Amino acid sequence: MQKPDLQITQHNDSKTILGFWVYLMTDLIMFAVLFATYAALKTSTFGGPGPSELFSLNGALAETLILLTSSFTCGLAMLAAHRQNKNQTIIWFLVTLALGLTFLGLELKEFSQLIAEGHTWQKSAFLSSFFALVSTHGLHIAIGSLWIVVAIKQIYSRGLTPFITSKLTRLSLFWHFLDIVWIFIFTIVYLMAKV
Amino acid sequence: MSLLFGKLTLAALPHEWFTIAGTVSMMLGGLGVALFLTYYKRWKWLWTEWLTSTDPKRIGIMYFVVASLMLARGALDAGMIWLQQALSVGSSHGYLSADHFQQIFTAHGAIMVFFVTMGFLSGLINYIMPLQIGARDVASPLLNTLSFWLYVAGAVLINLFFVFGGEFAATGWLSIAPLSGIEFSPGVGVDYWIWSLQISGLGSLLAGVNFIVTILKMRAPGMTLMRMPMFVWTSLSSMVLVVSVFPILAMTLILLTLDRQFGTHFFTSGFGGNPMLYTNLIWSWGHPEVYILMIPAFGVYSEVVSTFSQKKLFSYKSLVVAAILITLLSVLVWLHHFFTMGAGANVNAFFGIMTGVIAIPTGVQVFTWLATMYKGKINFKQPMLWFVGFICTFTLGGVAGVMLGIPGIDFQVHNSLFLVAHFHTMAIGGALFGIFCGITYWFPKITGFMLNERLGKYAFWSWIVGFFVSFMPLYILGFMGAPRRLDHYDASLGWQWLFIVAGFGFLIICLGAALQVLQIIVSVIQRKESMDVTGDPWNGRTLEWATSSPPPVYNFAIIPEVRDRDAFWDMKQYAVIARSAADEAILSESRLPRPSDALGARNDTQKITYKDIVMPKNTAIGIYISACTFFFGFAFVWHIWWLVIASAIGAIVCLIVRSFDEETEYVITAVEVEKIESINKSSTFPM
Repeated sequence: MQKPDLQITQHNDSKTILGFWVYLMTDLIMFAVLFATYAALKTSTFGGPGPSELFSLNGALAETLILLTSSFTCGLAMLAAHRQNKNQTIIWFLVTLALGLTFLGLELKEFSQLIAEGHTWQKSAFLSSFFALVSTHGLHIAIGSLWIVVAIKQIYSRGLTPFITSKLTRLSLFWHFLDIVWIFIFTIVYLMAKV
Repeated sequence: MSLLFGKLTLAALPHEWFTIAGTVSMMLGGLGVALFLTYYKRWKWLWTEWLTSTDPKRIGIMYFVVASLMLARGALDAGMIWLQQALSVGSSHGYLSADHFQQIFTAHGAIMVFFVTMGFLSGLINYIMPLQIGARDVASPLLNTLSFWLYVAGAVLINLFFVFGGEFAATGWLSIAPLSGIEFSPGVGVDYWIWSLQISGLGSLLAGVNFIVTILKMRAPGMTLMRMPMFVWTSLSSMVLVVSVFPILAMTLILLTLDRQFGTHFFTSGFGGNPMLYTNLIWSWGHPEVYILMIPAFGVYSEVVSTFSQKKLFSYKSLVVAAILITLLSVLVWLHHFFTMGAGANVNAFFGIMTGVIAIPTGVQVFTWLATMYKGKINFKQPMLWFVGFICTFTLGGVAGVMLGIPGIDFQVHNSLFLVAHFHTMAIGGALFGIFCGITYWFPKITGFMLNERLGKYAFWSWIVGFFVSFMPLYILGFMGAPRRLDHYDASLGWQWLFIVAGFGFLIICLGAALQVLQIIVSVIQRKESMDVTGDPWNGRTLEWATSSPPPVYNFAIIPEVRDRDAFWDMKQYAVIARSAADEAILSESRLPRPSDALGARNDTQKITYKDIVMPKNTAIGIYISACTFFFGFAFVWHIWWLVIASAIGAIVCLIVRSFDEETEYVITAVEVEKIESINKSSTFPM
């Protein structure tokens, strides 16, 4: 095949990126449903402990800081990608991955503590909605982490071609998006529990 | 064993007469198709030319095929409902148990909405929309085949209980909680319902993303938003609604799944769960969903009324504004489905008023279409007949809808057959007639030959007469107090004769459907006499008529340049002027685009230079991913956990493998394009 016309490639790129934005908005509506569910069921504790008794701000703050830092390193990775610096891109994505996995570890630790104390999702509607909201975000982080692994493999084997950087742009959009959703989780679930 | 097969045991295999009948007929049908394909050695052809195709035109036709099969299935359910209601009176209890009856009306609703109307509309948008905007493809061909195959996976899953047994949901088409919870519906029926909707809904969501990007990014040069044909506008509106509300459905179904299989308490009646939350969530998807089905049909009618009145659309701008307003307002009316459930007078008043308000843009559309016909040269071909039939039924159904939207009246007729009559008037008289209107209108474009006119008219009259005979009695029954989903009633009520009349109406509709099948068969046989060699049999106005019938794989050899709203009409007028001037210099010196370029090789007075065209390769990834998704859903229904994990991994691996693939396109060289264009005059349907 002949060398791809740059203009056409850019045009394709703008299509996929618009499409990805639209997809992110649909994902946001999924989260909106979970937030609405949480808001509606927050007080339905069925006699069990409520948000203010169960959640600790310290753990959530640590998770927040880690995730915000990962967004920053993801941004650094994209800057390196635009400079065509392959090694730096890979390194910053590896840092992002490590932070993402740390976040997941902390979240799982919080979950396992709650479960060990007997506060499972089967105990009340409030706990059901809490676990659904926070673990859906966690699942997204897990998918994002898998995506970073695949992306690192692609950068390593193919280099920073337009084909690969277009994929990286979408990956970074996804990662920043998860960060924004987490800010809302931190506010609505954890901070408002203490108000 | 339970580790290997989950809850799926021999006892679950079909043993009721109607499931056995379903199993046998499906197996015979499948065997027949397999034998046919083997005998004519068509397997490879089917796989490479059709199943793995990324051509939206072929995907569109495949949507039509699957949706037609599902229409037959849904109509069978309708017949069974009517027969039961006509028979089950007084001491007779009909031929179905209450449980079977419930499963049948649930399947009927879910199939007609998700797999018939959605399927046909996706097919129409796939085939027509790229042609109308002068594009060669959709934004993501891979996503497009994936959407289609997810739709197929959902369609198979909703029919699967025939073969693998169990049962279907007996909960009504929206499976309202807590009835759909594990406590009251312990069987696998609701799980079949959940996963067939979840999977096909995912397909719709991806299609929505794809079509929005296609319309916003891939229009031909010169086609501004306000030059888009109405069908493109309404497709865009409908797809914006799809991406806005299908995520709500997806998440609601996930929460219901969690309730049923993992012991959560979102919608249960205990542990603080809130069933009204489910009602609100499902209807905040469900009400926009009916507009998702209606709005593209409005676009079809706009195209047809303008073409067959040989006039520009009257007040195109107000039609666009109406489509946008309906899109916005449709997400603000969901609560009118449950006025009676105690939201309070103020909330009811708000939603009642919004329901009334949405009638205004709808009314604007009706008057705009009528004004388009006024003083037009009306050509009463079949599409126009469907349009006129639609105007009559739709206005009636709309008035009934406004009645239902008034909380005071709604308290009287809530969940009665009046409601059933109302939404069938909209779904059949609005959406389904729109689909028939569109298919008869674009049939020559799709196949390259005309549909038999006489049989089409017979079919139309059977449908419209049958429709009124079968649904007018339901309006009356609703006023007499007959509730919906009624499997038995007392003889002293005097309702039976009305149900019998409705049943005759159903038979007349069946006659109409049979005539349509016959019409297609006759048209195929007589196609030699009714070839459409012009590509423009109706003297059309929009770009799809500017290419040959059927269009080549790349749609347009040269991408047309658009100067006017009715782009092709403008080109034809322009060509006439240029020809009457008998001066090629006008064309060659003019800085305006040459309409003859857009008309392609059909204008043989000029030598046209073609360029290489890049098109997407066919791919089977969509089939593989949706096969994995299908097994994922199936395994979830039967609690076969190893298969759940295996199919999830399978789908992810497919995605990752595909993400490494850069060679997804191929080139049609200019020489090949010229060859295709020169023989296209005599081409027929790609057999």
